[in-house]
Amino acid sequence: MSSSATSSIALGGRSAEASATKNTSKRPKYSRFTQQELPACKPILTPKWVILTFLVSGVVFIPLGVICLFASQGVTEIVDRYDTDCIPLSSRDNKVRYIQGLEDKRCNRTIMVTKTMKNPVYIYYQLENFYQNHRRYVKSRQDGQLRSPKDEDDVKSCAPEDTIGGEPIVPCGLVAWSLFNDTYDFSRNNQNIPVNKKGISWKSDRESKFGKNVFPKNFQKGSPIGGKSLDQHVPLSEQEDLIVWMRTAALPTFRKLYGKIDTDLQAGDTIKVLLQNNYNTYSFDGKKKLVLSTTSWLGGRNDFLGIAYLTVGSICLFLAVFFSVLYLAKPRQLGDPSYLSWNRSAGGGR
Amino acid sequence: MAGGTPSPGPGRRRRRLHLSKIYSYTCGKSSFKEDHSNIGGPGFSRVVYCNEPGSPAAERRNYAGNYVRSTKYTVASFFPKSLFEQFRRVANFYFLVTGVLSLTDLSPYGAVSALLPLALVISATMVKEGIEDWRRKQQDIEVNNRKVKVHDGNGIFRQEEWSNLRVGDIVRVEKDEFFPADLLLLSSSYEDSICYVETMNLDGETNLKVKQGLEATSSLLNQDSDFKDFKALVRCEDPNVNLYVFVGTLALEEERFPLSIQQILLRDSKLRNTEYVYGAVVFTGHDTKVIQNSTDPPSKRSRIERKMDKIIYLMFGLVFLMSFVGSIIFGVETREDKVKNGRTERWYLKPDDADIFFDPERAPMAAIYHFFTAVMLYSYFIPISLYVSIEIVKVLQSIFINRDIHMYYEETDKPAQARTSNLNEELGMVDTILSDKTGTLTCNSMEFIKCSIAGTAYGRGITEVERAMAVRSGGSPLVNEDLDVVVDSSAPKIKGFNFVDERVMNGNWVRQPQASVLQKFFRLLAVCHTAIPETDEETGNVSYEAESPDEAAFVVAAREFGFEFFNRTQNGISFRELDLASGEKIERVYRLLNVLEFNSTRKRMSVIVRDDDGKLLLLSKGADNVMFERLAKHGRQFEAKTQEHVNQYADAGLRTLILAYREVDENEYIEFNKNFNEAKASVSEDRETLIDEITDRMERDLILLGATAVEDKLQNGVPECIDKLAQAGIKIWVLTGDKMETAINIGFASSLLRQEMKQIIINLETPQIKSLEKSGGKDEIELASRESVVMQLQAGKALLAESGASSEAFALIIDGKSLTYALEDEIKKTFLDLATGCASVICCRSSPKQKALVTRLVKSGTGKTTLAIGDGANDVGMLQEADIGVGISGVEGMQAVMSSDIAIAQFRYLERLLLVHGHWCYSRIASMICYFFYKNITFGVTVFLYEAYTSFSGQPAYNDWFLSLFNVFFSSLPVIALGVFDQDVSARFCYKFPLLYQEGVQNILFSWKRIIGWMLNGFVSALAIFFLCKESLKHQLFDSNGKTAGREILGGTMYTCVVWVVNLQMALAISYFTWVQHIVIWGSIAFWYIFLMIYGAMTPSFSSDAYKVFLEALAPAPSYWLTTLFVMIFALIPYFVYKSVQMRFFPKYHQMIQWIRYEGHSNDPEFVEMVRQRSIRPTTVGYTARRAASVRRSARFHDQIYKDLVGI
Repeated sequence: MSSSATSSIALGGRSAEASATKNTSKRPKYSRFTQQELPACKPILTPKWVILTFLVSGVVFIPLGVICLFASQGVTEIVDRYDTDCIPLSSRDNKVRYIQGLEDKRCNRTIMVTKTMKNPVYIYYQLENFYQNHRRYVKSRQDGQLRSPKDEDDVKSCAPEDTIGGEPIVPCGLVAWSLFNDTYDFSRNNQNIPVNKKGISWKSDRESKFGKNVFPKNFQKGSPIGGKSLDQHVPLSEQEDLIVWMRTAALPTFRKLYGKIDTDLQAGDTIKVLLQNNYNTYSFDGKKKLVLSTTSWLGGRNDFLGIAYLTVGSICLFLAVFFSVLYLAKPRQLGDPSYLSWNRSAGGGR
Repeated sequence: MAGGTPSPGPGRRRRRLHLSKIYSYTCGKSSFKEDHSNIGGPGFSRVVYCNEPGSPAAERRNYAGNYVRSTKYTVASFFPKSLFEQFRRVANFYFLVTGVLSLTDLSPYGAVSALLPLALVISATMVKEGIEDWRRKQQDIEVNNRKVKVHDGNGIFRQEEWSNLRVGDIVRVEKDEFFPADLLLLSSSYEDSICYVETMNLDGETNLKVKQGLEATSSLLNQDSDFKDFKALVRCEDPNVNLYVFVGTLALEEERFPLSIQQILLRDSKLRNTEYVYGAVVFTGHDTKVIQNSTDPPSKRSRIERKMDKIIYLMFGLVFLMSFVGSIIFGVETREDKVKNGRTERWYLKPDDADIFFDPERAPMAAIYHFFTAVMLYSYFIPISLYVSIEIVKVLQSIFINRDIHMYYEETDKPAQARTSNLNEELGMVDTILSDKTGTLTCNSMEFIKCSIAGTAYGRGITEVERAMAVRSGGSPLVNEDLDVVVDSSAPKIKGFNFVDERVMNGNWVRQPQASVLQKFFRLLAVCHTAIPETDEETGNVSYEAESPDEAAFVVAAREFGFEFFNRTQNGISFRELDLASGEKIERVYRLLNVLEFNSTRKRMSVIVRDDDGKLLLLSKGADNVMFERLAKHGRQFEAKTQEHVNQYADAGLRTLILAYREVDENEYIEFNKNFNEAKASVSEDRETLIDEITDRMERDLILLGATAVEDKLQNGVPECIDKLAQAGIKIWVLTGDKMETAINIGFASSLLRQEMKQIIINLETPQIKSLEKSGGKDEIELASRESVVMQLQAGKALLAESGASSEAFALIIDGKSLTYALEDEIKKTFLDLATGCASVICCRSSPKQKALVTRLVKSGTGKTTLAIGDGANDVGMLQEADIGVGISGVEGMQAVMSSDIAIAQFRYLERLLLVHGHWCYSRIASMICYFFYKNITFGVTVFLYEAYTSFSGQPAYNDWFLSLFNVFFSSLPVIALGVFDQDVSARFCYKFPLLYQEGVQNILFSWKRIIGWMLNGFVSALAIFFLCKESLKHQLFDSNGKTAGREILGGTMYTCVVWVVNLQMALAISYFTWVQHIVIWGSIAFWYIFLMIYGAMTPSFSSDAYKVFLEALAPAPSYWLTTLFVMIFALIPYFVYKSVQMRFFPKYHQMIQWIRYEGHSNDPEFVEMVRQRSIRPTTVGYTARRAASVRRSARFHDQIYKDLVGI
C-alpha cells in the first residue's frame, strides 16, 4: 500500500535493486584492520614508566661508562709534535722556504716511554688543519684507474693532476699527489726497531680498490712535486702508505697509520727517532705529530665515551629521583585547558 | 487503470482530465513580451531545427554534442597539465631546479641520487591523479551512456545513448526518467500536455513543478507516428545560466508561438506522475542550463597544507640563510689560498690551478657558485617525500573512510565515499556546518502523526525528536556509548501515516463528543487537496500521486480515518465515508468548483466545493498565523486549545496546518467566481495580485476545526548527530530553499531551535515593503528593502548586545529576499556579526547562488573551516564553495555527489566522519608533518655541521645513496604508518568526549608553537648526534687493530645514529602501537643495516666509499655500537623529559582522555569528572540543551542552582 507514488516507486526500485544485487553489495567487509580496530599497545608516559626508564638507563650507562673509561685508560699513547722543532733555528722565520728547499731534512727526536707498551705498538702521524675532506680534494681521484689498468686513461675527475705531457698520471688526482712523505726510523739503545708496514690498510682496499696489476705511471713527474714518490715496480695494491692516505679523513685533524712495532716497549725506554721532515704543513700552519699508541678493544685512547656514559648515567639516575619526588610531592594538576573555554570570544555561539 | 503497468501504446491518452484547469497560478500563459523582440539579435541567436538535426541548415549551426565531461585531464593533456600542476608546488619546483643543477659540476653529489627520488615522487603523485581522474571518467561514461528514446524518422523511436543526442532531436522521455538535455516540451501523456517535473536536483525543492506544452504542438503530436512529418523551427536565447527564464519562439507552419521557461524541461530534472513526454532537444551537453550553472570544481587545499607551505617557505629561508653563511665563509677561506709571497696556503688543493669553483683569484664568483652547491646540499632540509607521503597517507585514510562499516547505509547499499582525499584532515577542523534541509536533514517523506480536533489532541505517535530526548533522559548523558545510532524500529506500516490513537481509529471517532467536528475535519482532509488517486484494479486499493509529500500524507490520513478519496473527475471529488447514522460506507461526490492554490505568500490553500447536499463550502487549510486571523467570531471556539496544541507540535518538530471551513452564500459565490475567472483570464502584469485580492476576500470568517501535525521525517539519528556536533562545538547553519515555516519546523525538529530561544526573524514581509511592491518602481523597492534589512540586522545586533553574557540563546532566521541585501558588500559584515552571535542560523528560501554566497561569507568572514552538506544540484555551489563539501548519496541524482568532496549516505554519518575520522586524520596529519620536519632537520643539520669542518667546501658527510635514500627508505614508512594508523584516542572515546574535536577547530596540534617545538627538537638531536659522534671518534683510533676512522666511518656512524634517533623518536611520539608500527619502525632500522650490507657488498665501482664499510669496519668495532647506543639515548632525553612533564602536569585534552583510559576510569574520580564536565558543554543547540531548557522552564527557582552546576 502506498500513498505517494512519487516516493513509493523510488523505494520499490531500491529494494528490488538491493535484493538483486545482494551478492555484489557494496557493504564494506568487516575486518579489524579496515575498521581500524587492530589490537594495539597504547603506552603512555606514566610515572612508573618514566622513573623506570631513567633508572634502567642510569643503571646500564654507569657501568658501561666505567668499562669504557677503564679501556681507554689502559691505552698508552705517546705524542710528539715535531713540526717546529725539526726546523733548524736559522730557518724558523721562513719555514716554507726551508721545507721547499733542497737541504737535508733529517731530524732526530727522542721519545721517552713512561709506561710499558705491549706489542703491537701502532705508529701514527697526526696532521692538523689539513682539509683532507675538502670537496675539491676528495673528488680529485679516479677510483677506476686505481683498480684496473684498462681505465688508466680515465682521469677526467683528477684535474689538475690528471695528465702530464698528454700522458695520464697513475694514480692521478690531488689526493695521491699530496701523499705524506715524512719517514720515521726508530731505534732503541742504538738498536733498530723494525717498523712493520704490512697490513696497515683496510683489507678491502688492498683487495678490491687498488689493483694488483696497476703500477704507478708518470707519478710526481710534474712540478711542483706534491709529496712522496712511488716505486714504479710495486703494484698499487702493495703501496699501503698510499692506500691509507687515499682513505680521506673525516675532519681536518686526523691520524693515519704509519706502521706497527711488533716488540714491546718497556717503561723507561728511550726511543730515538730518525725523522725525514719532508712534508709541507707550514704553508697552512698545520701541525705534525708522531704518535705511538697501543690499543684496547675499544680502539685508541679516548676518555670521551666513558665520561659521557658516566655523566649521562648519573643524569638519568638524578632524573629518576627527581621525577619520583616530583610525582610524589606534587599532586597532578589538571593541565591548562584554557583553549577549551567557551567564553573565549563572542563566536562561542551564545 | 493500473498504475504500475509499463507505458501504454503510443498516443493512448489515458487521462481525460484537463488538469490545468484546477491550477490558477502556475499555468500562466506566455505572451509576446518585450523580451521576444530580441530574438535573432545578439544573445538570442540560437536556431533549432526540430526533428531534422541532420539537415544541412542544422549542420551548419554545429552546436556542441550532448557529451558531458567532468574529468580534469584528457589523454593528451594529462602529461603536460599534471606535470605543470606538480611543479607549481614550490617544493617540487625547487627539487626540479636542484635536480637540473645536479647535472652540472656544481653538484656535491651524483645526479642520479638527486633525480631518482624526484622522479619517484612525481610519478607517484601523477599515478594518483590519473587514477582519480579515471574514476571521474567512469562516472562520465555512466551518465553519457544512459539511454533515451530518440525519433529516428518515420515515426519510429529507438534507444540512443545520451551522448549521441543532437540539437533538434525529438526524444520521448518516460515516467521517472531524467531529461537528457534541455528539452522543449511538445506534448505529454496528458491531453493538455502538462507534465510534472521534479527539480530537486536543480533547486532542491521537492514539490513537483507543472510544465505545460503549447496547445499548438500538443494537439498535433499524440503518438510516435505523429512525428513522421513534424517540423518546427525554434529561435531562442543562447546558452545561459538563468534557470528561471527562457526566451524563444516556435515557428510551426508559418505561425509563431512564444516560448517561456514553462515549456522547457531542464536536464537533470525528472519526469514525475506523467507517463511520457515528447520533447525537442534545445540545449545539449555543456550548453544546458544546469551545466552552465556548474562551475569548474575548484581545487581545494586544506588549511594544514596551506600552513605547511608556510613552513616550507620558512625552511627555504633557513636553507638560503645557511647557504649564504656557508658561501661567505667558503669565499673567505678560498681567497686565503691565494698565492702570497710565492707560497700557497693549502698547496694540496692546488689553488693556483683551480677552476672557477675553487679559484682564490675569483673568490667572490666561487662563493656565488658555491651558494648553489650549498642550496643543493641542504635540500635535505626540505622533505622531498613530504608531499607524496601525505598523498599516500591521505589516500589510505580515504580508504579507511570508504571501508568504514559504521558509515555504510544498508538500505541504499551505499558506503561512504571520499571522493577527493585532499581534505581528510580538514574534516577535523570544521567550525561551521552549513546544511541543506531537504534530503539532508530530512528524508523527504511526510508522516501524519498527530492532530488536534475541536480542542482535543489526538495521536500517540512519537517523533524522532521526542524519541531522541527520551533516550537521553533515560540515563546519564554519557551512557550512550553505542557507535551506531538507534535504528528506527518503528517504521510505519503505511507510508505517510504514523498515527496511533484508538479514540479515532477504526471508526471510533464516532463515539467522540465532538463527532460532527471530527467528521468535518476528516472530510476536509479528503477533499481539500490537489492529489490524484490511482486505484489498483486487482486489490481495489487506492494510492495517490500528490505534488508534495505533505499533501499525500493528508489524503492517506483521511483514508485511514475512513474517508477514502478514490476518484477525481474534471470537476468532482469522490470519496467513501462511514455514515454516522447507518454505520455503512457510502460514496459521496463533491463538486469541485475552484482551487485556490497554495503559495508562499498566501500560506494557505482552499477549495470551494458543492457537497452532495448542494451546500457551498469553502474548505481551507493553512499556516497558523494566517489562519487564526481569518477566523470568524463564532468560529473561535477551540482557538485557545488549538493554539496550545499547535505550539506543542511545533516544539516537537512537527509541521502544523490549521484546518477551517465556512459555508458560502450562493450569491457571494457567483460574484466571486465571476471576478476570479476574470482575474485568471487577464494577461496583465498584476494578474497574480488581482487573484490574491479576490481569494483573500473569500477566505474569511472561517470556522476553526483543528490542526494537523505532520512530521517532516528527519533522517534517522539526526537529532543525536546534531546534539553531538553541537557538543563538539560545531556551529550548524541550515540553508534551505524551503519556505520559512518549514525551515523553522525542521529547526525545531532537529533541536536547532526551541521554544524559549529568541528568534530574530529578518524578512521583507512588512506591509510597507509590500505596498511599495505593488506600486513603487524597482529602485524604490530596492532602496526601501535594503534599508529595512539593515535596520532589522542592527536591531538584532542590539538585542544580542543587550543580552550580553547571559546564556540566553538567539536564533537568526532570514529569508532569501532579505539575504540578497544582507549579502551585499557593505552589509554583510553586520550580517555575519549577528549570525555568529546567534546559536542557530537558518536561511530559508535561499537560491543556490545565495547558499554559495553565504558559505563564502562564513568561510572568508570568520576564517574558519566550513563544511557544506547537501544532496541536490542546488547545493552544488555551496558544496564547491565550502572548505569541504559533503554530498548525501542516498537519493537519485548525482549532481551533489559529483561535486562533493566526500559523499555519505545519511546525515548522521557526519558524526562519525567528523568526530572520529576527522579528528584522527587531523591529529595524524598534523603530527606527521611536524615529525617530517623534525626528521629532516635532524638529518639536514648534521650535514650542515659537518660542512663547518670541511671549510664549507660542500663535501657531504654521507655517501650519495645514503643521502638520497634517507627520505625514501629509512624514515618514510614509520611516518606513513603514523599518518594512517595512529589513534590518539579510540573511536569510542571520540564519541564520549566530543569536545576533543575542538583540538582541530582551534588547531592546537598544528600550532606554530608545536611546529617550532618539533623543529627545535630536531635541531637538538642533530647537535647531539654530530658532536657526540665527532668526539667519540676524535682521534679516530677506531678499533683494536689500530685502524683510523675515515670519512666513511664517521658518516656511517652518524647516519646510523640518525636512523636510530628518528625512528626511536617516532616510537616515543606515537600512542598506538599495532603490529604495523612495530614492523615499520623496527623494520626501518633493520633495513638500514641490511641496506648497508647489501650496498657494501656490491662492486666498489658502485658502492664507492661504502664498500664493505659495515662488515669490515663498523660491525666489528665495539666503539661503533657503543657510540650508537649512547647517542640515540642521549638525543632522546630532552624530548622524553619534556613529554613526561607535559603529559603528567599539562596534559592536552586528548592526553587527559588517555589518562582516563589508562587509569580505567576509576583511579581519580575527580579528574574523570572534570574532563567529563568539560566535554558536556552547556550547549545552546541540540536536545541536550533543549532538555536543559525545559528543566529551566518547569522549575524557574532552580535556575540559579542549575547555572552554578553547569559552571557558567
